[in-house]
Amino acid sequence: MLTTEALERIFDDIALSIDTVGDRNESLFLTKLALALANQLSDEMLVRAQVALARRHLQA
Amino acid sequence: MHLPHSLHIKSTYFDYPLYPFRPPHELTGRTAPHPVVIVGAGPVGLIVAMELGRRGIRTVLLEAIETVSPGSRATCVSRRSMEIMLQNQCDEPFVSKALMWTEGSSFYRDQMVYRLRMPHSADERYFPMANIQQCVYEKFLVDRVEQIDHVDLRWQSKVVGLTEGKDTVTLRIDTPEGEYDLSARYVVAADGARSIVRELLGLRLAGESHSGRYLIADIRMASSYPTERRAWFDPPSNPGNTILMHKQPDDIWRIDYQLATDQDSDYELQDDRVRARIKAHLDWIGETAPWQLEWTSLYKAHCLCLDDYRYGRILFAGDAAHLVPIFGVRGMNSGIADANNLGWKLAYVLQGLAPDSLLDSYTPERRAATLDIFDNARKSTLFMTPPTRGYQLTRDAVLQLAIDEDSMKPLINPRQSTPYDYVASPLTTAQREPFERGPRAGAPLINIRLKSGQGKHEHLLDHLGPDFNLLWFGESPAEFRIDVSSTLEGVRVKPILITRLAARSTQGLCVIHDHDGRLYSSFDATAGCAYLIRPDGHVCARWRSWDEAHLAQALRRALTR
Repeated sequence: MLTTEALERIFDDIALSIDTVGDRNESLFLTKLALALANQLSDEMLVRAQVALARRHLQA
Repeated sequence: MHLPHSLHIKSTYFDYPLYPFRPPHELTGRTAPHPVVIVGAGPVGLIVAMELGRRGIRTVLLEAIETVSPGSRATCVSRRSMEIMLQNQCDEPFVSKALMWTEGSSFYRDQMVYRLRMPHSADERYFPMANIQQCVYEKFLVDRVEQIDHVDLRWQSKVVGLTEGKDTVTLRIDTPEGEYDLSARYVVAADGARSIVRELLGLRLAGESHSGRYLIADIRMASSYPTERRAWFDPPSNPGNTILMHKQPDDIWRIDYQLATDQDSDYELQDDRVRARIKAHLDWIGETAPWQLEWTSLYKAHCLCLDDYRYGRILFAGDAAHLVPIFGVRGMNSGIADANNLGWKLAYVLQGLAPDSLLDSYTPERRAATLDIFDNARKSTLFMTPPTRGYQLTRDAVLQLAIDEDSMKPLINPRQSTPYDYVASPLTTAQREPFERGPRAGAPLINIRLKSGQGKHEHLLDHLGPDFNLLWFGESPAEFRIDVSSTLEGVRVKPILITRLAARSTQGLCVIHDHDGRLYSSFDATAGCAYLIRPDGHVCARWRSWDEAHLAQALRRALTR
């Protein structure tokens, strides 16, 4: 698990990156980020569980 | 001619006192310079006056209006602020009136995503937070100040001019009966966010202002909901934005709701509009009791401060020196810490116990505290009022994940105010020996509960004197052979022996019986260990082994002598 301080830094980094890449590239950037992190995790079941988690609570 | 026009403030729960203007001697002739003039009789100015008064320093305290600040304003008071009130003997009416709390809940839409639990134990004298309306709190402080002979509180007295001399500052004061000049060796500017003293000197606050705006409203409503902090992110009653809610005494509830970027402030401040929005929220959370609108205001988050809190003989405190976001309740609480820090330093300089250079330590200590607040408040503000799409999207992702994932919850922590440690201060003596527990050098003393006597709880701070205090962990009074009164000429040090054996206080040595060893344990103390405490309650040195030379050196450092 990451420390709270590390999570805070990552929070800022992702937020600022979304602003930097702009509306047109936002979804592509986030999808690339998810795939890159999935590859680093090297655990298909864990990645698919996280994909399911991320799909929860989205508004219709 | 200054005629304040805040008369007849209507309130459903508080009778605003009207303080008369009393013509001072200066209106009919010149007088000698005063030691200190304090501009602004808000909480910060009042506590500076108390801190000086309890050390025998006379002050003139000026207030432009004729009553206390209108509205609930800074409604959350921290434990450290309550301890400062205790030291100034004004905590009792506050404690009996304020609503104490330790917990809070944060919701994303209708789901709880974070439970705030502030550290608290039965050993503490005060709760971590207390809610009270600022007008009520200020009235308690005014009542206390009026009992202090050393404070000349002048209402309806507005500063309109300022001239700096070599040894004094002269203020031009406008009153209902005309203008007069008032000279002082030092001036404390505690005149708030729109400081006139700051303006007269042409000084500007620097930093950043955040875009998010909040409409803050007090309503009167009977509700049994307990006292805690509640925050809603993206509730149906304020879609896409946030709402905060706090209970205050006398059935007053504070509701702060964020305005959307495209909403017009003037339109949103109209009573009908405020009522409609509050009703929507109360309906949604299931509050059905009738309610009245009491007070409204508008708020925007700023992280702004002066480059230096000292300008010659003028010292800035509270909002006059810094503006901080409300998230984490640091505004008034940091101003009270300013007052606590500045009070003893001014007193020591004026009493000739320290050189004027002691006042140079005020900025590095208190501005460092402000910058630490900015660091925390910036994070809270970005989370509460995301300024860009990137922050909005990332914040919403955290909130949705936090419904199921505990690992995300710390990011929702509102980062409530905590006292600042003056570890890097030039007044603090660096530690030579390791300690595993206890307040480190620079930190405020911990107010541990002592053995109860006849049903009454005593705490460590109850035993502290107004000057330096030396906590010495020993066995018997006979072992304490240092004459602290002669350590540094004129400087008063109160020695306090903390012993695990039963012993009586002797002349010149206060004894605390640590019957269950909790003090020894909390301070990681061994026999012979000592903590030197500054007059504002912060540790300035601690040693496992020490002698008179160490004590003198630490005192000289703490007083820049």
